[in-house]
Amino acid sequence: MAGTVTLAARGAFSARSTATHATTESASVRWILTGIALLFLGVFIFMPLVVVFAEALRKGLAAYWDGLAQPDARSAIELTLIAAGIAVPLNVVFGIAAAWAIGKFEFWGKSLLITLIDLPFSVSPVVSGLIYVLLFGLQGVLGPWLAEHDLQIIFAVPGIVLATIFVTFPFVARELIPLIQAQGQEEEEAALSLGASGWQTFWRVSLPNIKWGLIYGVILCNARAMGEFGAVSVVSGHIRGRTNTMPLHVEILYNEYQFAAAFAVASLLALLALATLVVKRMVEWRAQHQSASSLGELA
Amino acid sequence: MSIQIKNVSKKFGQFAALDDVSLEIPSGELVALLGPSGSGKTTLLRVIAGLEFPESGSILFEDEDITGRTARDRRVGFVFQHYALFRHMTVFENIAFGLRVRPRSSRPSKSEIRDKVHQLLKLIQLQTLANRYPSQLSGGQRQRVALARALAVEPKVLLLDEPFGSLDAKVRLELRRWLRQLHDEVHITSVFVTHDQDEALEVADRIAVMNNGRIEQVGAPDEVYHRPTSPFVYNFLGNVNLFHGRSDNDKFSIHENATGEVLYARPHLLEIRRQANSGTHFRATIKHINSAGPLVKIEAIAEWGAPVHVEMSQDKFRDLALVRNESVFVIPKEMTAFQSKAVS
Repeated sequence: MAGTVTLAARGAFSARSTATHATTESASVRWILTGIALLFLGVFIFMPLVVVFAEALRKGLAAYWDGLAQPDARSAIELTLIAAGIAVPLNVVFGIAAAWAIGKFEFWGKSLLITLIDLPFSVSPVVSGLIYVLLFGLQGVLGPWLAEHDLQIIFAVPGIVLATIFVTFPFVARELIPLIQAQGQEEEEAALSLGASGWQTFWRVSLPNIKWGLIYGVILCNARAMGEFGAVSVVSGHIRGRTNTMPLHVEILYNEYQFAAAFAVASLLALLALATLVVKRMVEWRAQHQSASSLGELA
Repeated sequence: MSIQIKNVSKKFGQFAALDDVSLEIPSGELVALLGPSGSGKTTLLRVIAGLEFPESGSILFEDEDITGRTARDRRVGFVFQHYALFRHMTVFENIAFGLRVRPRSSRPSKSEIRDKVHQLLKLIQLQTLANRYPSQLSGGQRQRVALARALAVEPKVLLLDEPFGSLDAKVRLELRRWLRQLHDEVHITSVFVTHDQDEALEVADRIAVMNNGRIEQVGAPDEVYHRPTSPFVYNFLGNVNLFHGRSDNDKFSIHENATGEVLYARPHLLEIRRQANSGTHFRATIKHINSAGPLVKIEAIAEWGAPVHVEMSQDKFRDLALVRNESVFVIPKEMTAFQSKAVS
């Protein structure tokens, strides 16, 4: 038995190594392909990034700080933090619950739920915003009732938060579903048979097992929540100092030819993106490192 | 603690995983649920554990009906086929888990937990590996940690799902002897699932042979092996030769065209001779000889063209000095007859 396994493994290995050899291209082809990729990245990603920081600092550090210190800019930063601060935790709870239901149970309408979770990805953000205007706006379905009770959602902070939640809710769930499906439920069953309550099982067994996937999902969710433009733009009403988020504020400044200030705020968003990438890479590395060590021991 | 399973049925969709199963497991016994995959043995084990709930029937622990209780309340130790160790916890933390999650009123103190875990680590002979993670252990070591983790909560019943299924042959043999030894020391009522008849025959006090969601036969290893009550059990517990023929009390006759009965004979119950005798016998031609191992395995072709498997001791083989393509007589020493329609 052991003999056949070893033989089969060796066979597979040699087959793979010859396959790699057969698909290797000549040096010139490799250089050309790499060159095209690098050129593309340089023109479309790297240069714009450099331009953002160059423009932001063109009039010196003082002008840069000035752009960020304006009351409107500060309020835009605050609003962005509020929106992300509400949307991300809510989507973490929703994402875990949805991924849990999909990964662990069989129920009627499961594939419908999976499709619905993907909806914000497939629909244009502008449409997402419009949905809320049609629902909560003055002429909308719930508009008259809301006006009667003196509740304003559209052109106010609640609308911005709602739109942000909508466009960012697939991130955590999407990240966790395959992870939870792959892990199965044996560890949870083991915990239950050892006398743990459902709550203890979740905190001590389930959550630690999905930790890295969850962090990864949160990072992506947060980046999108802070950077969202389309949906928020529709519901915001662009009231300066009150309903402008950072991306909206950048647009307004730019349209008013305040380039230094516009790029200063934009540079903050760009920094956020860079920080996100660094953290994402670190999380990936940690997660990979852990699974690699367990795989290595298995073999 | 004794376990009684009364008329338990369980369906998965249209598939009847358990079909009116009843089984009694006396206190302190080590019982094997043996059967091919899909026979319902794992489902039965999970029903006993409370990880699956039956549609009808009841489960009693020591005369107490616990059918509706959850796994958490049943106090059973469950060892999973793929260990299901908590991958983010060390060996120590894994074993301590069941004690640490107890309600504060019944939770042992930290030092008590530490003592208990070390005692169990000693039992499974892994004292030096307390701070390792499951990914840093071999399969056999993981299985032992899983066992220690289940024993830590002092369960009244120990349930093991294919406990040695994913280990290599050598470790498997070692571990199952160790399990038998452990059971002789601890004497906890244990049930284990296996598809390996050697494992069941070697380790268990009693074996319940399962097929298609039903229990075919329950008995001591000796009994199910030597006196199988159905063709399925006969087939499943070892190699077998089938002959068409008739039985009349203890006399058997083999006729290739006979219908109605099928005669079963294990390979070691067939004898090869150079001369015919007055009893039942047939001619055969030796086609293949495998003399590696404690027994010599011989494949021959019977006069009607079907293959026949015979096993004999090395001594006997040397005395006979058989060679390939030699024509010999085969004499069944013992056979069991079953109605041919019951053959599965």
